Amino acid sequence: MQPALSIIFFTVVSGAGLGLFMVLAVAGLFGKPETETALLVCAAGLVLTTLGLVSSTFHLANPKNAWRAFSRFKTSWLAREGVLAVIFYPVALAYTALWWMRDTALANPLWVAMSLLVGLIALATVFSTGMIYACLKTIRQWHTPLTPVNYIVLSLVLGSLLMLVLQDFAGGATSAYELEIALGLLAAGALMKLIYYAWISPPQGPTINTATGFTRANVRLLDVGHGAGTFLTEEFGFRLARERRVLLRWCVFILGFILPALLMLGGLAQALPIRPAVLSAFALALIGIFIERWLFFAEAQHVVNLYHGRRQT
Amino acid sequence: MKLGLVIDLDTCVGCNACAVACKQWNTSGTTGPLSDYQPFGKDPSGVWFNRIRHYEVGDYPVNKTVHFPMSCMHCEDADCVTVCPTGASYKRPEDGIVLVDQDKCMGCNYCAWACPYGARELDREDGVMKKCTLCVDRIYDEELPEQERQPACVMTCPTHARFFGDLDDPDSEVSTLVRERDGEQLMPELGYNPTNLYLKPRKAVRVPSHDAPAGAGAGAGADSGGGGESLAARVKNWVNRAVAR
Repeated sequence: MQPALSIIFFTVVSGAGLGLFMVLAVAGLFGKPETETALLVCAAGLVLTTLGLVSSTFHLANPKNAWRAFSRFKTSWLAREGVLAVIFYPVALAYTALWWMRDTALANPLWVAMSLLVGLIALATVFSTGMIYACLKTIRQWHTPLTPVNYIVLSLVLGSLLMLVLQDFAGGATSAYELEIALGLLAAGALMKLIYYAWISPPQGPTINTATGFTRANVRLLDVGHGAGTFLTEEFGFRLARERRVLLRWCVFILGFILPALLMLGGLAQALPIRPAVLSAFALALIGIFIERWLFFAEAQHVVNLYHGRRQT
Repeated sequence: MKLGLVIDLDTCVGCNACAVACKQWNTSGTTGPLSDYQPFGKDPSGVWFNRIRHYEVGDYPVNKTVHFPMSCMHCEDADCVTVCPTGASYKRPEDGIVLVDQDKCMGCNYCAWACPYGARELDREDGVMKKCTLCVDRIYDEELPEQERQPACVMTCPTHARFFGDLDDPDSEVSTLVRERDGEQLMPELGYNPTNLYLKPRKAVRVPSHDAPAGAGAGAGADSGGGGESLAARVKNWVNRAVAR
């Protein structure tokens, strides 16, 4: 697949924003962040989610019809994602308002209900983003339950790291177990990525033989029938050199997970000052996950490539 | 009714007439224009509903060139329709034709991602997805003589390799062909259940040549090099050997 920057930006940035709300919703139930931190987190979460969603419209060839994209939520994960994102806003704003009023009278059941609601809607939105890709039978690298899991875990990784940054900037104290939770999420993210890369490595699924129906003979492309590129070759023909893929995967693990985890460990051991540690951990993880998302698209091989001469995807 | 095409890979010669006729009809039809990008430039490109690819099947000497026209398969389980968030893509219940409502399409490419057969192409100038309509603006046109109420690609095919009809009707020409020649779906394992079916090349009598005499190669044709041949067959074999290929 041709990696489209608007989509990569959308999935990473709105994933981070929704991840912030998921982490805050859980932390809030344990009465953790200070009110100033929580309000900052809510504001950042809303801004990031909005930036991502706006960016997602940049890849539309006909954006004036984008409003119709909410209509087919019964069958389309893309529509479900849109609907959930729209439901998310009033709920997130109400949740932010509850934080605002937290010092005054606050009914506890309402607080719990709103926390769960905002967390679950954010989770469902990220899940839908993953399912947009996971439901496509044409791309085996995406058509796996690991896809939505990866989206959710990486969204939580970015959310938890950004929350540490925002808490530090809001003047809150960073406690050891917050660093430990971020560390655990980083480990989970790295593990999920390892499983994902192992899962997609052996070729499987349709071949040039099943694509053409000649299943008992070798099939070779003689001529693709067009001189210049077509929509199909431009959209699906992207190939990634093996060396580059290996290098970028190392970048994902080192920048996205290993260095941020070491910084968390440094913070835990009090060997590093907290602010530069969490700030650089978030920045590195963000770069790493941007590369991860680029690879997610670049490595995906659509079955239509079989008609253009690939033997297997 | 399940309207679709049956394509005979045995007789298709890969002349691209179907693709040209399709482009000619549809660029001025209901989904037109089919935009061209730099048609007189260095890398001419554009929207086509029908593309013909060419393959070599089997290994020399038992090989064959197969020309492979592909357009929308009008799948029974069309994921391009279910993934469409705007409702622009739809499958007509009455005849199974998959169409795009261009007034609703937002050009997100998602349906093209969901299509395994490469049937959908975004028109970059109009910003909407376009695809084979099975010439819906032709096959129901009562102004046309009845024998012309067929898709442009079928009408134009010089080798009669394309057949159009109702695959739900067991007595139709297409159903009969599919029954007699074992019409097959492409990539059936993905479960899209494409309506268009392909007829395999018939078993050919292989012509022996100097480097591949009769009987060489697995699954060779029925020609025999034995002594009990008629004079005509011997002369034919000699001519076949003698004529440089």
